[in-house]
Amino acid sequence: MTYALLLLLAAARLSGKDSCLECHSQMAGDLQAPAAAFGSSVHLQHGFTCAACHGGDPNSDDPEAAMSKAHGFIGVPPRTAVPKLCARCHSDPNFMRKYNPSERVDQDAEYETSVHGQRLAKGDVRVAICIDCHGVHDIRAARDALSPVYPLNLPKTCAQCHADAAHMAPYKIPTDQYANYLKSVHWEELSKRGDLSAPNCATCHGNHGAKPPAVSSVAAVCGTCHVFEEQLFDKSPHEPVFSAMSTGACVVCHSNHAILKTSDQLLGGKNAVCRECHDPDSAGGKTAAQAAGLIQNLQNRIVVADAILEQARTSGMEVSEAILRQTDARQNLVKARVHVHAFAIQAVSQPVQAGLAIAAEDYRAGEAALKEKNIRRMGLAISLAAILVTMAGLWLIIRWLHRAKT
Amino acid sequence: MLPTQPSPRRKAITAWFQDRLAWDSVREFLAHKTVPVHSGTIWYAFGGITLFLFVIQVITGILLLVYYRPTPAEAYESVQFIVTRVAFGWLIRSIHSWSANLMILSAFVHMFSVAFLHAYRKPRELVWLSGIVLLALALGFGFSGYLLPWNTISFFATKVGTDIATFIPWIGATVGRYLRGGDAVGGATLTRFFGFHVAVLPALTSLFLLFHLGLVQKFGISTPPWVERRSRGAGTNRPQMPFFPDFFLHELMVWYGALALLGILAALFPWGLGEKADAFASAPAGIRPEWYFLAPFYTLKLIPGHVAGIEGEVVGLLGFGLLAFWWAALPFWGARPDGTVRSKLVTGGAVAFLAYLSTFSLLGYLR
Repeated sequence: MTYALLLLLAAARLSGKDSCLECHSQMAGDLQAPAAAFGSSVHLQHGFTCAACHGGDPNSDDPEAAMSKAHGFIGVPPRTAVPKLCARCHSDPNFMRKYNPSERVDQDAEYETSVHGQRLAKGDVRVAICIDCHGVHDIRAARDALSPVYPLNLPKTCAQCHADAAHMAPYKIPTDQYANYLKSVHWEELSKRGDLSAPNCATCHGNHGAKPPAVSSVAAVCGTCHVFEEQLFDKSPHEPVFSAMSTGACVVCHSNHAILKTSDQLLGGKNAVCRECHDPDSAGGKTAAQAAGLIQNLQNRIVVADAILEQARTSGMEVSEAILRQTDARQNLVKARVHVHAFAIQAVSQPVQAGLAIAAEDYRAGEAALKEKNIRRMGLAISLAAILVTMAGLWLIIRWLHRAKT
Repeated sequence: MLPTQPSPRRKAITAWFQDRLAWDSVREFLAHKTVPVHSGTIWYAFGGITLFLFVIQVITGILLLVYYRPTPAEAYESVQFIVTRVAFGWLIRSIHSWSANLMILSAFVHMFSVAFLHAYRKPRELVWLSGIVLLALALGFGFSGYLLPWNTISFFATKVGTDIATFIPWIGATVGRYLRGGDAVGGATLTRFFGFHVAVLPALTSLFLLFHLGLVQKFGISTPPWVERRSRGAGTNRPQMPFFPDFFLHELMVWYGALALLGILAALFPWGLGEKADAFASAPAGIRPEWYFLAPFYTLKLIPGHVAGIEGEVVGLLGFGLLAFWWAALPFWGARPDGTVRSKLVTGGAVAFLAYLSTFSLLGYLR
């Protein structure tokens, strides 16, 4: 801790005098904590002193003068004042341009439209303000892996309030979103595969303007990533029905926070999600079963083609072109699964047929390679026989020469 | 039964060629050329096997040249085209690759058999030295040819190989840049390796091969000292067999055996193509050179980063240089001024060298 404070003081001295840090670094407990935390702040890195937020005179060594109202010292700002305090700099394009020309400056404006901002405006100080998500004295850049708003950390940051049943009780909204999100394919992508572009809370709800998406805009929100699914769904027979029922489009089948990895079982298995609305013998039920059958067939043909190509490859045959072409068959499988969202058999059938044609061609390539392998072995056997006969002939000549001499 | 008297037509044809080729001298030479007969006669076959495999290399190499294109954009695809689309292309390519390996193996066997049979001694010092140069050229063929399919393994193996060359004291940086045609392995490296492989090395090999074979014809095939001693002791002539047709027919049988082995390897274990080289990809795990470079490669891995203040690679390369020089100078330290051989010293040295090469190659392969 002492070492960190020394470093902090050294950094402060480099960027100019800061009597706040000098004194608070030598204090203990709560009075020292802000000075210690400030060491990892992006603000300190850019040369800001405590006075930038708290006011006062950092050049004075006299505590009375340094923290006098005459020098604009405001002490601890009230929670309701924090967004505007941050906005003094963060909403000023000319000011922010000096540090990051591409930095957004609409956070405060967005915040005012958020549920948090609207409630704060009504005097509810329990809602999230800037410092609840970004930290107070140790604010780091959002791209810093230790920042609470870094993609991997954000769900937990939101959960500090939204998973706290006592805290959320007055708002009468569920507190299981975080637990559900941790089961989702989105969290799996984010946490296990390290894909930082995978959705977290802010992707669907917004960050500074956080609000649950309206039922009518759910498909559009999901469509920011799942573009084709949204386009297909918008033209599908489900769209007008779901709109009329005021259901949140995608979430009807996929849920909202606990969005699990999809499988073909979702379409045609015993627990198919379609069955929740469509009787298996109904037109909708039959279409779902047919689409599931088509996709399963393509999946099977790809597996069979893979197997024969692998057999040929391990036999030493050159089938890399066909193996590469299998990627096209798999792409058609993915395409067919995406086209399920058109809820029309023709849309699914087209990529399935294209994929089947490729898988069949690759299977034939595997068959031909195995046949070629057998031909080669036959050729080898004939060649070896010819060589052995020749060698036997040479041996006989050698023996004949030997006998002739003796 | 063979006819006892040639027919008049055959006589006329023979006379026609005799007038134009004067081949009586060749027939005369062949009639008197002999090969020593003893328990180690079989080892004489390996020189011929190496030559036979070299001829196969030349023929299959020329056939591959018809379709091969030496650019990073086309090299891999052209080899892929050869093995998938060209009739018997897979066989030609596979035989080329397998015979290259068998040729180097056969050359090593030939070299060690010459050492163990003490065939390097006076007046055959230059036969030995030209043989060493031919082995070095064969290794050069292997190193340059390995890169030509432009696959991942060959790309990174060449990167490692040319990196090692940069540690040669004083001239390493220049040698490295010359081999690569720049600071990194790339298109320029492929072009010049192709040039080495199909022009420079074949020309040098042809010259040294003619020299080597010419000297073998001039001095004849060496008889081991113990066979000479035994004959002298018994007061008999050294057992000999006529080179033609006796030894030639035996040699022909061995060549057919080599051809059969080549066919089995090429048909049952076709030489793989791997994946196309990607200069921006990370090196695959467990990368290692061809088997004939494994011993020095593994030795370099064992040498610490610095030895007595000198970089480990530099120490390793100096060691290999000294070892190669010691081995090449075998005729000079392996025989006394009176022409008798230091049999125990040479045999011990050859066994130690052979043990080093085989053990470190095996360890390099396994680890």
